[in-house]
Amino acid sequence: MTLRPDVLLAIIGMAVATYLCRAGGYALFRALRPPRYVEVVLQHLPGPIFMAYAMPALAAHGWKGWVAAVAVVAVQYFSRNLAAAILVGVGAMAGLGAFEAWFLAR
Amino acid sequence: MSDSADIKGPVVFTRHGVARGIRTALPLVIGTFPFGLVAGVISDQKGLSWLETLLMSALVFAGSSQLLALELWAEPAPILAAIIAAIVVNSRMAPMGAALAPWLDKLRGLPLWGSLAFMVDHAFALSAAEQRRGGRDAGYLLGIGVTLWCFWNISVSVGHVLGSAVRLPPGHPLYFAAIATFVAILVPLWRGVRRDFWPWLLAGVLAVLAWKAGLGPPWPLLIGAFAGAGLGAWLELRRE
Repeated sequence: MTLRPDVLLAIIGMAVATYLCRAGGYALFRALRPPRYVEVVLQHLPGPIFMAYAMPALAAHGWKGWVAAVAVVAVQYFSRNLAAAILVGVGAMAGLGAFEAWFLAR
Repeated sequence: MSDSADIKGPVVFTRHGVARGIRTALPLVIGTFPFGLVAGVISDQKGLSWLETLLMSALVFAGSSQLLALELWAEPAPILAAIIAAIVVNSRMAPMGAALAPWLDKLRGLPLWGSLAFMVDHAFALSAAEQRRGGRDAGYLLGIGVTLWCFWNISVSVGHVLGSAVRLPPGHPLYFAAIATFVAILVPLWRGVRRDFWPWLLAGVLAVLAWKAGLGPPWPLLIGAFAGAGLGAWLELRRE
């Protein structure tokens, strides 16, 4: 059960930097009251930020990623159940992977 | 019309809101647990003790930046490189807090700065969706964050203790759970074709192009997110 001083310092440094990222954006917003355009941009941020996160990740998975993503969206849309949507996504990836392996081995 | 105007009545911060956040967050653990196991296994391989591993998870609580720092890990610990990794990967969270201003503006002290300490991508996305539905209980944000924090620490600890016994091979379908989580979260964020189609399309296309061009994190995400949100804001203000 060791705790080396250099490791502790690195961890504390990372923790402080990360908290400044988490709280700093809002602290600046609260202090500066930016112009209305900035406020409207921020209100539009949630959708684009997760599109920008998910699309390259899906592209990295190739055709299986896109098919599985369609399944996830369909299940989430009709069931409104996150657990079901996530599990269907994982199941779809597993099934598509098995199908691809079978198809290539034919 | 800005979204802050959609909030009717006073914003509150109650135990009930926190509890609702906890219930909402539980399914998300399917996506975060495998990721935490991986972080724990790698931390063990890089020579961090269980206590050091748990401290990093508990205090930093940001998976991608922890993995990047561990990639760069050396003996003695690379303090500056670890801090830079944290800033680069986690800078995406700065605008998230600002985007939740319609709730956070009504809070002070520990509920405000404490909620921000536990904010992660999922907590932000679901809170933004809740805010747009007219939700007024800011405890929801903290409830999601604290739940994910608890399970993050458990999963990283388990990964460290069990080591390579729980190591999933690369390409295992379980890794898709993290991406599936964010794809599913997009559904409640969607506000219809008129407001969201072009901004979302631009964000996705630019992020893929930036990624294909070989840019590392966080650039594809930041370029796509701000281009999309900027277009959305421009279209909205033009319509007014």
